[in-house]
Order: sequence, then structure tokens, then C-alpha cells
Amino acid sequence: MSVLKLKFSFQRRVRLAQGLWLLSWMAMVSGAITVAMGVFLKTELFRRAEVMHNNDIHIVPNLLMAVGLASVGINICAGKVCQDSLDASRFPRWKNLLTPFFCVSIFFTSLLLVAMILSYALQPSLEESLKVGLKNGIRFYKDTDTPGRCFQKETIDRLQVEFQCCGNTNYRDWFEVQWINNRYLDFTSKEVKDRVKSNVDGRYLLDGVPFSCCNPASPRPCIQYQLLDNAAHYNYEYQSEELNLYSRGCRQALVNYYMGLMNTIGPGVMSVFLIQMTVLFSLRFLQTSMQAVEGQENVEIETEGYILEKGVKETVKELQEKIMIFFQQVQVDVAPPETEAAAEEAAPEKEATPAS
Amino acid sequence: MALLKVKFDLKKRVKLAQMLWLMYWFSIMAGVLVLSLGLFFKIELRKRSELMDNNESHFVPNLLIGVGLLACGINAFGGKICYDSLDSSKFAKWKTVMKPFLICCVLFNALLFFSALLCFTMRIPLQFTLAEGLKNGMKYYKDTDVPGRCYMKRTLDLMQMEFRCCGNNNYKDWFEIQWVSNRYLDFSSKEVKDRISSNVDGQYLLDGVPFSCCNPSSPRPCIQHQVTNNSAHYSYEHQTEDLNIWKRGCREALVSYYGGLMNTIGVLVLLVTILEVAVMVGLQYVNTSLSTLVNPEDPESESEGWILEKTVKETFTDIMAKMKAMGKGNQVEEGADEQAVATVS
Repeated sequence: MSVLKLKFSFQRRVRLAQGLWLLSWMAMVSGAITVAMGVFLKTELFRRAEVMHNNDIHIVPNLLMAVGLASVGINICAGKVCQDSLDASRFPRWKNLLTPFFCVSIFFTSLLLVAMILSYALQPSLEESLKVGLKNGIRFYKDTDTPGRCFQKETIDRLQVEFQCCGNTNYRDWFEVQWINNRYLDFTSKEVKDRVKSNVDGRYLLDGVPFSCCNPASPRPCIQYQLLDNAAHYNYEYQSEELNLYSRGCRQALVNYYMGLMNTIGPGVMSVFLIQMTVLFSLRFLQTSMQAVEGQENVEIETEGYILEKGVKETVKELQEKIMIFFQQVQVDVAPPETEAAAEEAAPEKEATPAS
Repeated sequence: MALLKVKFDLKKRVKLAQMLWLMYWFSIMAGVLVLSLGLFFKIELRKRSELMDNNESHFVPNLLIGVGLLACGINAFGGKICYDSLDSSKFAKWKTVMKPFLICCVLFNALLFFSALLCFTMRIPLQFTLAEGLKNGMKYYKDTDVPGRCYMKRTLDLMQMEFRCCGNNNYKDWFEIQWVSNRYLDFSSKEVKDRISSNVDGQYLLDGVPFSCCNPSSPRPCIQHQVTNNSAHYSYEHQTEDLNIWKRGCREALVSYYGGLMNTIGVLVLLVTILEVAVMVGLQYVNTSLSTLVNPEDPESESEGWILEKTVKETFTDIMAKMKAMGKGNQVEEGADEQAVATVS
């Protein structure tokens, strides 16, 4: 029994072809939008590449760009099929191409869903990547005179200002690293010597943060140094002070930003997926309804269109059988060269016998 | 002798009317563009209204919004005239309206040109309003607990970070005002007492700047306090230190930003003016070519179109004469009124 069987009069077929032609153009535009979304997401990820440890998350924009481009191609092709379906003499040339075309289309369309699922599934990976990347970024903050790291300070400062965040998890991360270059430390000073000596690794640690951690919403001028020393500042209590510095860590800020982006892109991708599936279903109806017209003198007869010729179960069974046969053929094709080689090896031995 | 006289047959007239109708649609879009530019500019000015001393600067965006709306109306009307000009029987009803409409178009184009000029010249008053506004803003920076001024610190900090600037003219402006609230000063401390007593107005002045003046491009951690004291910091010389804090003043930064914005808007408005003039000239050709048909009964007959019936000099003389006549007419009427009053009395 066919799946979703529908009767089509000539007028309905024409209307379907025209509607589908319009829809395929819409789908082409949505494919271009998908490419644009992919490019935008990739650009945004590239902008923060310095604070990311790995590029696993790049699979999402890469998929979006690939599927978007494929979608444009698929829909141009679908549009051409629709145009030709209005002329019964021109449609038969597509007969052999449509089945592989459907396979390719379904593959790429399903990749849209994969991209959407991955965008959520890779959140832990993104978080881990940012965690390690930011940790390294903060560690190399001071290395403004080291080639390859000289812009790390500027990157981190701009990041903290733009995303209104401080440190990796919170502002205390700055207390655990030396973020002032030795070049700007007076090693003849007792205070510096004591700080360096009191640390196992000989680092200059202090309870201070860079200026980019300062929150403009604070009513008082920013306190950056001696943050944990209430006595060092008048009318100050660090336990209750909420507005002086940004309390949010940059990892959380960036994850929120990227996930927000993906949550916005997600519904867009879903809409594109639905449009694309509609195009494919409609095209299948058009193909099957036009097959019945083939070889008929009267092209205006009523025909039937369907999605699957048999039931879902039967179709799956048939596919499995075809795949099995295909693999068996491959094995058979691989076997003959081996027997030939064996025969060639045996031949010299036969020749050698009479000579003896 | 008519100015720029052109011969028209039916085909040419139809082509002109169609082309003009299309151009009128473009002009409507241009009107929407001018309106959008006005709105955008108004929003941008509103965003920084706390740092501006007066609202005179809003005259230009208001004018652009008005002109944009007017452009949409005038061009929609002009488009309708063009559409009807394809049918000479329909066009007849517009004949009486054409002259006043074209005069309105001339005045409107003059207004558009004036708007464009204003966009280019607005930089000067803006400079003064920003200078005063920023000065006041900095003065109120510390007043975070005064109602109505509590967000001034935040506004200035965000602006200095966004526009990469410091102070009004430069960072030294912060040395001349007290920007730390008394609420956060320990008046029992000798250092605070000394600073206040050493100042005539009893202000707490220091050679420091807010954190928002810090430049992220600097290779060293930001030096905000004791900026002019070389011995207070290791390996530091404030005269040669270029990257520590922003060198550019916020007035200059904002004037550059708004100036650039206004120059762009000015150029676009000038382009719209050129389009409007072209459309108006086209409409005058349509009007005159339909008024001078060789055989008014036959719409397919040839005709002539021009921009001015006489030369520029003669037209100008004509207008002056008409204005004088109008003036005399008014005087005569006034005289008659006076006589009537005298008779009654």
C-alpha cells in the first residue's frame, strides 16, 4: 500500500508545479540565509579564537555553510524540474536523475537537523574550550613583550570590557596569576621582593585586577588593588561590595553569548529544514504523478501521486535487500583478481616440470 | 525664447511619463530614506543628550524628518499626475493644479538644499554645546547619590570607553575637578585634609583619572593615579608615555563622530535634492508638452516642451513685475479702505 496517495488532475498538477517552483525559489533564498548564518557564526567564533583551546564548535558553522550551499544547488535543480514538468515531452529526461537527486537532497537536509542538534550537544565542549583558552589567556596577559602573545593583554581587556565580565570563573582568578610583567616591577623594592619570596613559584601575586574588570555602574571610583583588604579603603567592605567589579566570569559570559546566538540561529535552521522538506515532498508527488503520464497520448488524464510506492516497512526491507545484493556483488568483483593471481603463480611451476 | 525647448511626439511623451512615474517611486523611497536618516540622527543625539547643553542641535534631525515626510507626500502626488498624464482626458483636471504644485516643488527643493547645507554647518554649534555639556558632565561625575545626576558617572565612563577618549579636551581636565565623592573620602586622614586645605574651593583634586580613561593597547597595567608623578611608578615617564591613557579629548571624539555622520547625511540629502530637481524638471516637460499640443483634439499630435517659457532673465523680470503689481494692488486696497473709514466717520 502506497504512503500518502493523492489523486491529481491536470489542473492540480500544473498548480503543484507552479507552487513548487515558487517554493523552490523561497527555499533557495533560505539556503542563502543559512550560508549567511554559518558565515556570521564562524566569524564570531574566529573573533574569539585566541581564548578558545580547540575548534570543535566550528563544525556547526561549517555544516551550516555546506548545507546552505547544497540547498541553493538543490533548489535551483528543483526549480528546473518544476519548469520542465509543465511540458510532458521535456520531463522524461529527469527520470533517471530524480532518485539519486532525492537521496542527495535528503542527506543534506538531514544534515541541517544534525547541525542543530550539534549546536546544543557541543555546549560542554565549547565551555571546556573556553575554560582552557581563557586560563591560558589570563596566564599570558603579562607577556606583552613576547612575540605571538603581545596582543593577549589587549584581547583580554577588550573582552572583559565588551562582555562585562572578569576572569575565567570570577575576578578571583586574577589573584592566582602574575598579570604584571617583570619589566614594570622594581625588584629593588622591599614590597616586591617580599611578595615574590612568599610565593613558591617566585611569582608576583596580588589581590588586584586589571582596569577592564571595573564596572561603570559602580557609584564609587573603581577599586582595583588590595581588593580583599577592607582597611586599605575608606567605607569599603569587599564581602558586600557588588558593583565595584564585574562579578560574572568571562567563560559564562561567552558561553551565554554563543548559546544565545545558536538559540537564535536554531529556529531559523528549523524553518529552513521544514521548507526544504516541503519542497522534497512536493517534488516527489510531482514526480510520481508525472510518471503515469509518460507514454500517454492524452497528457491531461488524472494520475496518482505518492511519497512511497509501498509501505514504510516494505520499503525499508527492499532497501536492505538491495544493499545486501550490492555488497555481495562487490565481494564477487573483488574475488576474481585473487584467483587470477593464484593461477599466474602456479603457471611457472607447470612449465618447470618438463624441463627437469 | 523658451529655455531648453524639446519637441515631443506621442511616443516620446508616453516614454517620458512612464520614466517619470518610475522616478517618482524612487523619490518616494528617497523621502523614506531622508526620514530614516533624520530619525537615526535624532536617536543618536538623544543617546548623548546628557552631555549636550541645549536642544538646538535637534533642529536638523527634526527638519530632516519633516522634509522626508513632505517628500513622500509630494512625490506620491507627482506620481499620480504622471500616471494620469498618459491619458490626456484625465490630465485635464490637473491643469489648474500644476502651476502651484511646481512652485511648491521649487520651494521644497530649496528646503532640501537648505537641509543639506545645515547638515554640513551644524558641526560648529555642536562643538560648543558639547564643550559645555561635557564640562558639566564631568563636574557632576562624583554626584552618584544626587537624584537626577546618579547616572552621570556611568554615562561618562561608558562614553570614554566607547569613544576611546578622556576628559573634555584631554585627560588633564580630570585634574581640575573633584571627581571622587566626599562619601568615599576619609576626612580624618591627613592626606585628604592636606589636599582639601591646599585648594581654594575646598575641593579634593588629584592627578588621577577614572578607569575608563585607560587604554587597553598599553603593554603595562594602567596607571590612573599620580599620573604626573614619575617617581611614584617604576620605569615610567609621563611625558613620553603615549599608550597608558587615551590622549584624545571626548569633545573632539564626539564632534568627529557626529561630524562624520552629518557629512554622510548631507551628501545623501544632496543626492536626493538632485533626484527631486530631475523629477520636477521632467514634470514641467510633461506639463508643457501636454499644454502645447498642435491639435488639442488629437492626442497623437506633436508638441513642444520647455523648462521656462522665456529666458531666465525675462522670467525673473516677470516675477519681479508681478510682485510689484501685487504690492501696488495691496496699497490701492489699503487706500480705498482708509477713504471708506474717513467717509463713515
